[in-house]
Amino acid sequence: MQNPFFNRGFQRKRPASTHVLPPGQYETQDFPVLSAGPTPRVATAKWSFGLDGLVTTPQQWSWAEFNALPQQDFTVDIHCVTQWSKFDTRWQGVSLDTLLNLAGPAPEARYVLVHCYGGYTTNLPLADLTGGKAFIGLLYDGNPLPPDHGGPARLVVPHLYFWKSAKWVQRLELLAEDTPGFWERAGYSMYGDPWKEQRYLDDDEDLAAGTR
Amino acid sequence: MSRLEWQLATVAAVLPETPRVKTFLLNLPSWTPHRAGQHYTLRLTAPDGYQAQRSYSIASAPEQTGQIALTVELIDEGEVSGYLFEGIAPGDQLEVRGPIGGYFVWEATPQAGPLLLVAGGSGVVPLMAMLRHRQRAGVHNPTVLLYSVRTPEDVIYGPELHAMASADSSFTLLLTFTRQAPAGWAGYQRRLDAALLAEVVSRFPTPPQCFICGPNGLVESAATGLVAQGVPAGAIRTERFGPSGS
Repeated sequence: MQNPFFNRGFQRKRPASTHVLPPGQYETQDFPVLSAGPTPRVATAKWSFGLDGLVTTPQQWSWAEFNALPQQDFTVDIHCVTQWSKFDTRWQGVSLDTLLNLAGPAPEARYVLVHCYGGYTTNLPLADLTGGKAFIGLLYDGNPLPPDHGGPARLVVPHLYFWKSAKWVQRLELLAEDTPGFWERAGYSMYGDPWKEQRYLDDDEDLAAGTR
Repeated sequence: MSRLEWQLATVAAVLPETPRVKTFLLNLPSWTPHRAGQHYTLRLTAPDGYQAQRSYSIASAPEQTGQIALTVELIDEGEVSGYLFEGIAPGDQLEVRGPIGGYFVWEATPQAGPLLLVAGGSGVVPLMAMLRHRQRAGVHNPTVLLYSVRTPEDVIYGPELHAMASADSSFTLLLTFTRQAPAGWAGYQRRLDAALLAEVVSRFPTPPQCFICGPNGLVESAATGLVAQGVPAGAIRTERFGPSGS
């Protein structure tokens, strides 16, 4: 739909991004920090990560056990609902495929509720975590992930708005039904596709129409 | 939640707040009451169809019906703030949608408990909405605004905040100047360190509900400091802008 309204005299001032930006986004070279409360400080000695709910074999790893899992490098673009996008971010971590294969999702498992240190939660479909689309990030740009960016470990699901990439991740719970998390209960999209600009619950039109 | 449609607001006034901050008073054809602390997204469209959007906190109280005040800081090389500062005058139209955000919000109820608001720079904007809402609702819960600025000319809403503090003994304004204080200033002249936060928290008989807004470094140190002072993490809500300090 063409928007007939325009702001007289307004023109692009930022150099056009060399990347393709999702609608309503701009490129930043910074790595902004957003979070709803104090930064949880989780000592790796006390850290654990679990995968449970509708799985055949619930999993729980200590920091040492988790770091011993096969790790991969990922170079991904990230898109925050607050309108910034950052391209070619470099991570190292454990693919969700590796973790899910160990746990064995039950046939009725279709959604995931992500639980975090500090109480944050977010939800997404299980299918969005498989097929190389998601990982638990341990290193960012070759260094341990700082606490304000979600360290020691952060879920990264780059094809969805970045609030789905939960910081301080503690546990993934596989569920049959989609259950809203922290921002989703506060009016944000249940799915959060940046290319469809699904920022808020109101943007989930295909969800409301039941077509997804 | 009501539909978040884009709407064409009309600029009713442009108010300079500091050399780098202006408030845009917008009349909305479809105003819905917001919650103090929420924001709107503003979208600019160029004649060639290029668009840019940014989110701005609402500064006005929900009691101010039919319009919203958005306070905007001029960002270096800021595509949207630069245009707003140079290109927008009363009578112009701006496309906005909102209100947005359901967590960094505060309700002025008769039961409202002690409240500590911590601001860095333009982070005072959503906290000002809370203070104006509190004033309009006639609530007198013990409230402190701890507001960190670089220099006296960077204080946004200065006269209104001072007037609010003189008129209401349950509200305390604590300014701290990190670069240059006014002549004869007897108050704080440093960053929000542990000792300063301890002093502020000790003003409250019970741990207050806290809202912190500002650049990430300030929010990070204030939130960490308040937790160290015994404020439960769950009682601290933050809103941050800018990159990590690391």
